[in-house]
Amino acid sequence: MTVFSLRNKSGNGIETILRRGPTRLERREWLEGYLFIAPWWLGFIIFTAGPFLAAIYLSMTKYDLVTSPRFIGAANYMQMLQDPLIFHSLQITAVYAVAGVILRFIVGLFLAILVNQKVPIVNFFRTAYELPTVITGVAVALMWQRVFHAEFGMVNNFLKLLGIQGPAWFGHPDWVVPTFILLNFWEAGRTMVIYLAGLQTIPNELYEAATVDGAGNFRKFQHITLPLLTPVIFFQIVLGIISSFQVFALAYIITQGGPANSSLFYVLYIYRQGFQYLDMGYASAMAEVLFLIILGITLVLWLTSGRWVFYMGEIRK
Amino acid sequence: MATLPIRISPHKLFGYYIPLYLVLLFFAALLLFPFIWLMSRSIMPYKDIFAVPTIWFPKTITFVHFQNMFSLPQWPFGRYFMNTLLVTLGVIAGRVFSASLVAFGFSRIRFPGRDALFLLVLSTMMIPFQVVMIPTYILFNKLGWLNTLLPLIVPSFFGGGAFYIFLFRQFIMTIPAELDDAARIDGCSRLGIYWNVIFPLMGPATVTVVVFSFLETWNDFLHPLIFLTRAGTQTLALALQQFVQVQFMQAEMVFVVATVAMIPPLIIFFAGQRYFVEGMIMSGLKG
Repeated sequence: MTVFSLRNKSGNGIETILRRGPTRLERREWLEGYLFIAPWWLGFIIFTAGPFLAAIYLSMTKYDLVTSPRFIGAANYMQMLQDPLIFHSLQITAVYAVAGVILRFIVGLFLAILVNQKVPIVNFFRTAYELPTVITGVAVALMWQRVFHAEFGMVNNFLKLLGIQGPAWFGHPDWVVPTFILLNFWEAGRTMVIYLAGLQTIPNELYEAATVDGAGNFRKFQHITLPLLTPVIFFQIVLGIISSFQVFALAYIITQGGPANSSLFYVLYIYRQGFQYLDMGYASAMAEVLFLIILGITLVLWLTSGRWVFYMGEIRK
Repeated sequence: MATLPIRISPHKLFGYYIPLYLVLLFFAALLLFPFIWLMSRSIMPYKDIFAVPTIWFPKTITFVHFQNMFSLPQWPFGRYFMNTLLVTLGVIAGRVFSASLVAFGFSRIRFPGRDALFLLVLSTMMIPFQVVMIPTYILFNKLGWLNTLLPLIVPSFFGGGAFYIFLFRQFIMTIPAELDDAARIDGCSRLGIYWNVIFPLMGPATVTVVVFSFLETWNDFLHPLIFLTRAGTQTLALALQQFVQVQFMQAEMVFVVATVAMIPPLIIFFAGQRYFVEGMIMSGLKG
């Protein structure tokens, strides 16, 4: 109790706290606090911390759900090093995540600048760009499967009008990952909303001052818009890569990892090992590696953020 | 509200307005056309859907596929729809009450370790579900909850997730603390303050949480996929995928069922667009 009191932010000196201790009223408030947040910490223990620790243990076992887990040490991790599909799935997932995030960044920022123009009915277009981001999951996956179908898909039918024989998209090992990357275009509305909010926080005086100094639109973009948006861009890239690394439903529904494992994204491979081969230990080891990768990406981006992220507050300081 | 400028110089008209609207239109068409293509196929007669050369827009309109959808053998659409609705409503109820209660605790009550615990709340956003998926599956298996809707609903009653706690907390911090003090002087307990003072004022935050939870839960695939494996227990999204995969639903039915699955999220989007956008900005701008 006194240990906690030392951290008390109320500004009391250590001695006074030690002498006085918490009053009955304070203790009552503490208790109420812990009770109010009880749903969270119960949930944290049952659905996050517990399973998280259990996954670490399972990753060192052989477990098929039927017989009890057998401890095998680091064998699953050693096996991962020998498994060519691990490297393959990590590689395509990384390519997908980075390319997808870049595509969403470019298109999203461009759309945000478009709908930030002060012209009539621009809000209609804004809504139109947000619409595709609302629908995700199975319905949209089945839609893409048909839109990019090799024979009677929308895209290839359109290309036929132009006299172009379209590729097989999801059906061709070389095209399948680029096609998944392309789908990020339809999610750009999500990043657009965020960049638009960022654009609207940029004070107009900066642009006016730049106009007085004779800067053209491109220089204004380069020297005002882009630097002031870096905190938002930074955060979007971190979140985007983390979420893209977890790509699952689209690939599971559209290709099941095919053709010939060419779209076997990492989480799809975890699912396959765990729920199709019932190798829960190996799948848990893979999940731990996913966690370390996400942790690593986040840490690296945070540590390097000082070099290229510019915060508005720095002007005032 | 922007109004048309009274005089537009030809230079500005051709150098700005016309190119701008062309680009705006181009992107709108590109982004929306796949959806229009899919939905228009749900009201086309079978022979038109796969006609060569392709028919872009419906020439004759039919709703026969929609009628057929309710009478597909071994595909009880009504039950899947009800399952999905039940899960969605359950998750919304769990989130709205537990996340707001926890957020109230984190923003209105002082207790040791509060800030550190809140940091822990936020850091759980770093742990993707896939990392804890297998032990969670084993847990629900031991509880005998597989093939029931419980694994999808019950966890949302335990805080409802870090993002939603954060969202409510941000909102509560904008409500003046004097309101709490006034209520306390009138003899209101803390639970009373939460329920009678704070909760009624949180309308906008609640709507944002409802809109987000609806879209997230309605579209969810991974959770139902691992927790619901027996026929008849699935949600609409999962049942749709499995029917296409396993039994090969008649090709034209896919367009219809996908269209139907898209309609509720669209309705929610149009009804709560402002809140949807606000929530998205919250999720994207702040840590």
